Amino acid sequence: MSNTTNEPDGHEGHGGRTPVPMPVARFDDPHMQEAATHPQRTERIIALSFVLGTLAVAGFGAAYWVDGPPWVLAVTFGAGLLLLGFGLTAWGKYLMPQGPFVEERHRLASTADEQDAMSAALVQRTGVVVKRRRMLGGLFAGGAGIFGIVAIFPLLRSLGPVPGNTFDVTNWRRNSLLVDSNGRPVRVDTLQVGGIMTVFPAGAQNTEEGQAVDQTVLIRVSTDDITTQPGRESWGPRGYVAYSKLCTHLGCPVGLYEQQLQLLVCPCHQSMFNVLDGAVPNFGPAPRPLPQLPLKVDSSGHLRAQAGYDQAVGPGFWERTTR
Amino acid sequence: MSTTEATEPRAKRIALPRTKREAQAALGPYGRTGKIVGELDERFGIAKGGRTLLDKIFPDHWSFMLGEIALYSFVVLIATGIFLSLYFVPSADQVIYHGPYKPLDGQRVSAAFASTVDLSFSVRSGLLMRQMHHWAANVFVGSIVIHMARIFFTGAFRKPRETNWIIGTTLLIMAILNGFIGYSLPDDLVSGTGLRIAYSILLSIPFVGSYLATFLFGGNFPGTLIIPRFYIIHMLILPAIIAVLIGVHLGLLVRQKHTQFPGRGRTEHNVVGSPMFPTFMAKTTGFLFMVSGALALLGGLAQINPIWQFGSYKADRISYAVQPDWYMGWLDGALRIMPSWEWTGWGHTLPWEVFFPAILFPGLVFNVAFGWPLIERMFTKDNELHNLLDRPRDRPKRTAFGAAFFAMLFVMFLASSTDVLANYFHVSLNVVLWFFRFAVFVVPLLTYAATWKICREMQGVRGIGKRKRALVVTRTASGEYRTEPSAPRPGDERDELQPEPVPVLIELEPGVTVPERTSPVDGAVGAGVRQVKR
Repeated sequence: MSNTTNEPDGHEGHGGRTPVPMPVARFDDPHMQEAATHPQRTERIIALSFVLGTLAVAGFGAAYWVDGPPWVLAVTFGAGLLLLGFGLTAWGKYLMPQGPFVEERHRLASTADEQDAMSAALVQRTGVVVKRRRMLGGLFAGGAGIFGIVAIFPLLRSLGPVPGNTFDVTNWRRNSLLVDSNGRPVRVDTLQVGGIMTVFPAGAQNTEEGQAVDQTVLIRVSTDDITTQPGRESWGPRGYVAYSKLCTHLGCPVGLYEQQLQLLVCPCHQSMFNVLDGAVPNFGPAPRPLPQLPLKVDSSGHLRAQAGYDQAVGPGFWERTTR
Repeated sequence: MSTTEATEPRAKRIALPRTKREAQAALGPYGRTGKIVGELDERFGIAKGGRTLLDKIFPDHWSFMLGEIALYSFVVLIATGIFLSLYFVPSADQVIYHGPYKPLDGQRVSAAFASTVDLSFSVRSGLLMRQMHHWAANVFVGSIVIHMARIFFTGAFRKPRETNWIIGTTLLIMAILNGFIGYSLPDDLVSGTGLRIAYSILLSIPFVGSYLATFLFGGNFPGTLIIPRFYIIHMLILPAIIAVLIGVHLGLLVRQKHTQFPGRGRTEHNVVGSPMFPTFMAKTTGFLFMVSGALALLGGLAQINPIWQFGSYKADRISYAVQPDWYMGWLDGALRIMPSWEWTGWGHTLPWEVFFPAILFPGLVFNVAFGWPLIERMFTKDNELHNLLDRPRDRPKRTAFGAAFFAMLFVMFLASSTDVLANYFHVSLNVVLWFFRFAVFVVPLLTYAATWKICREMQGVRGIGKRKRALVVTRTASGEYRTEPSAPRPGDERDELQPEPVPVLIELEPGVTVPERTSPVDGAVGAGVRQVKR
């Protein structure tokens, strides 16, 4: 049988630290005393808070049982938790050993010898086992590297289609009939001067894509006020002008029409577009005018598109060609 | 000889106690607890480490609980989130809503929207849980930011704690991301508009933007894939990452031990405070209850994200009322005050007006945050281990930089309400916009100078940081006025005590006295301690 006193020093104390004599506390030691000035009153307050908290939590149960309104649930539940928590925290803060007590920080770092031992093991073993078989190591590293790259493919490429010309096309074509969100065709007398509506190419008004991409704002302005852009002389018959409703900044619907100033305003970041002057942005972060849809009136008095948009609608992106 | 061989194996068997006294004696001096500890220790070896854990010292300072707010709001997020996941339908399928909220009755909405309205109105305590969840998310991000500010201004990120600073910054990014993804799920007007903006921000990235956007959304905006995809990211992938990172964060905290402010008896080589059990346990568990209680009150009394008022998302609808959650405000503000600088040429477009404020700038902000321990070390050339915290005034340059940094973000946050400010103060939107375009540069510079000056002044003030004791003025019977300092507050009195190791408490029988103890830290202190009497 071995002699127990011969065990290594690290076995004693906590985690190999120098064992300190553990003192026995006297109850009048200020480290142990309540921080509270009136401990008995503190105890009563804590007890009261526990009792009220329990009642409130039970009240939550009752309120839930009778399907009470949310505010009753919240008040009972919240007050119950707050009171129980307050009591527990106060108990810990005022009636439990506060110290200040001290604990030594042991060095996290190992000794220089231990560090060296680990480094040596790494270096020597690598030198003996890996470096002699450089080719094997290189082959494995190559394989793992290729796998790392290939593994990204299904994670990324399977997610969705490549964009292609997704962002350049809309459902607006030559002769597309303008309809409102309920599919009713827009006639030449649908809007008064100063009127505004959102239109879609017939057939796309109920599709998600139609709502998200094709949405176009149709405004009727007085023909005297409008400044026609060169090359767009025939685009706005009878004062009707149509612009893409997608803001050229971040694609929010340009949903606010300021009639007095003839501005289309994007509520997201306050870009403003001049309705009378080709929807040129005159305020805010939008960089480009809203694309304009060329309109015509057909023989039966319905509004139709002369052609689709001549450029991509909505915000900018790398492949967007300049016009 | 033969008797010992025969009886030894039998002694290991459990002998059933015959009387109550025998049962007590069999349990040993520490009763049932001793029995349980013994059984556990034989299997898992918990006793030695467990005792050390009970004595683990946590330094006391009010600012050390900011991280606890974050931790406990995460607990609330998990609890309420599990509840919500039982009712929410992550689908963009169109359904006709029929339910107790009459204004929407009969309308075509998405299943995600309908199920969110249903769980708010038809599921018992559903509205409370949903609003608690949303409030907890806001509090989670907010408390992380404030916790980080505490770490920054007191220099707690210095060696050896750089890793925990980086984990914390990652947690902040994860929290913001998951918050955004979370409020994108119900498919109301706010979520849809937020998603539209997020899609356009992805588009703005040169070379790969359109690919990233179509991959993430499975095509052009909005498609039907994004809600189920965001759902699994929101309730599984990101929470798992956050939970693991919190685990590592706390593990490192325990391993490296908490920092402490300088004070009596506090050195780089010790920790001074109150013990894990029972003091810290009681306080922190109580705090968990209080954080949950506060969130419950907010969740039931303060309306948040009333999606039935916004309506289901339709891509061609928009409203002024649509605003992001607060932690997105600085990005929204940056997008608003950025000039419209789009570069075009060679058949390509580079939308700086989006790419800079929404991608490059936040990238810069978080990279400065990640790299700050390194950046500071480049200037200070300081490679020491630090366990004592700095007072912010003692590091005027760092404090001034941090204040300027926050000031810039705060100006951007305010800039996200240009329209509201213009309306409220009756000034033109143009004036407000240009004010913010200058303020975003000027305010941080002024903040830096002012903070640096205040720090230097504070360094020169005597008794700074010490709580002043009130002077009590009394009039004696003879009409004489006297002033005396009032009694020290209990906490202050405690700060003046010499710290000692956690003692063993022994319940004393009446009449038994305990031998005078010698303090292992400083033998002379024992006498001094006893002078402080209630």
